[in-house]
Amino acid sequence: MNDSLLRELVPSVIGVLVRRGADFAAAEDAVQDALVEAVRVWPDNPPRDPKGWLVTVAWRKFLDAARADTSRRHREVRVEREPVPGPSESVDDPLQLYFLCAHPSLTPASAVALTLRAVGGLTTRQIAQAYLVPEATMAQRISRAKRTVSGVRFDQPGDVATVLRVLYLVFNEGYSGDVDLAAEAIRLTRQLAAGTSHEEVAGLLALMLLHHARRPARTGPDGRLVPLAEQDRSLWNTRLIAEGVDVLQAALARDRLGEFQAQAAIAALHADARTAEETDWVQIVEWYDELVRLTDSPVARLNRAVAVGEADGPRAGLAALAGLDPALPRHTAVVAYLHERDGDLVTAARLYAEAARSAPSLPERDHLTRQAARLNSQLRG
Amino acid sequence: MAKYLLLKHYRGAPAAVNDVPMDQWEPEEVTAHIQYMRDFAARLEGTGEYVDGQALSPEGTFVRSDGEGRPPITDGPFAETKDLIAGWMVIDVETYERAIELAGELSAAPGAGGKPIHEWLELRPFYAELPTTTE
Repeated sequence: MNDSLLRELVPSVIGVLVRRGADFAAAEDAVQDALVEAVRVWPDNPPRDPKGWLVTVAWRKFLDAARADTSRRHREVRVEREPVPGPSESVDDPLQLYFLCAHPSLTPASAVALTLRAVGGLTTRQIAQAYLVPEATMAQRISRAKRTVSGVRFDQPGDVATVLRVLYLVFNEGYSGDVDLAAEAIRLTRQLAAGTSHEEVAGLLALMLLHHARRPARTGPDGRLVPLAEQDRSLWNTRLIAEGVDVLQAALARDRLGEFQAQAAIAALHADARTAEETDWVQIVEWYDELVRLTDSPVARLNRAVAVGEADGPRAGLAALAGLDPALPRHTAVVAYLHERDGDLVTAARLYAEAARSAPSLPERDHLTRQAARLNSQLRG
Repeated sequence: MAKYLLLKHYRGAPAAVNDVPMDQWEPEEVTAHIQYMRDFAARLEGTGEYVDGQALSPEGTFVRSDGEGRPPITDGPFAETKDLIAGWMVIDVETYERAIELAGELSAAPGAGGKPIHEWLELRPFYAELPTTTE
């Protein structure tokens, strides 16, 4: 049985059930029951129309459950109150499911878990593995999320920005367990992009593709972090880069710029350089200006300072840091780097060591410790 | 089998024999040290004695309740003398002697000058279920 086909189908089948009047949690349970049956039946007796089969079986499961529930509660009342069939199944819109799973009433962690479960069709165990928490913990998180959105009307227009944030969270979570969350986020964003013409959806898709394309070069064989300038660019996935650039150009052509498009444009400029020296830093700075204008995010301004340092020299980069909170993640590492480029190795070494102590991840800590060690060793020699 | 916790300290343990801060090593020595720890864990996985291991960031805060409705007290940046745990490894071994042996090996990870650090590791047994007797 084709696992990825099933995962494609899950959101639209849930969508059909919900439009017919099923509660979200009940619809999700019914579809899971139908999947279990599919695993049993399909190998010997594959359906001609898998989605139609799933809808039929899931709807039957839902009715069975609703009947059992009803008869438990009111033994004497029969099942007249069976949900009325809703609009036709040809109106297939899993988009609404995205909006529901990313509903603002959910915490980011719950929204991520629910999206992977209901839209992505991953098992609770797979999601738990990916987030390195026990399966029971993840099951609780998901059922709490389902309860939270159980009263939410399905026909409300959703907020695309919220959905995109959730998908970007999934993408950035990286990859552990047997599911590659970055690839999963790309798959879901592709689906979303196919169903909506929102330019920021395309922007996010382009950004993910361009980042993902460079992933094989980002870590060494021993898990060591390889900085952009030292990456073996022949390891970059040119097919993904080409696709990302195409998606981005189509989005930019619509002239409604958003932060994901701006970030994707920066990623595209990096991807476009055959060597680190060929990087078009001047254009990258211009895109960071756009990004700062769009978001006013301190992280964007920190990154902009790095780009300014490359385009106009380290002093200009240090000047661009003015007004930023030194406690900002990676601020110290950036200052260290700019001082090194400026030739002040003593200060740079001290700051690299300081940055290592507050590094957010182990590979980053080790990388910064090595930078400090490298400069100190140079200074001794 | 009994489980033991191996605690590695940033600070708070007695000084290592080869006590040089990591950022003062040669870069290759840093790499060799990390590789040693990686190999050590991989070898214990091979012998079936590895349970878990995590590195901890030195950025930590002490928190305590300060009574209902009041914010907890935190102590901001660490004072220099504070015990600071760098990470742990949990092993599941046949005997206490084996736990000591492995802790000694981990303590001998190479450091500055390629020589073993001989750092002090803390070894703590887990509480365990008492074996059921059949008598």
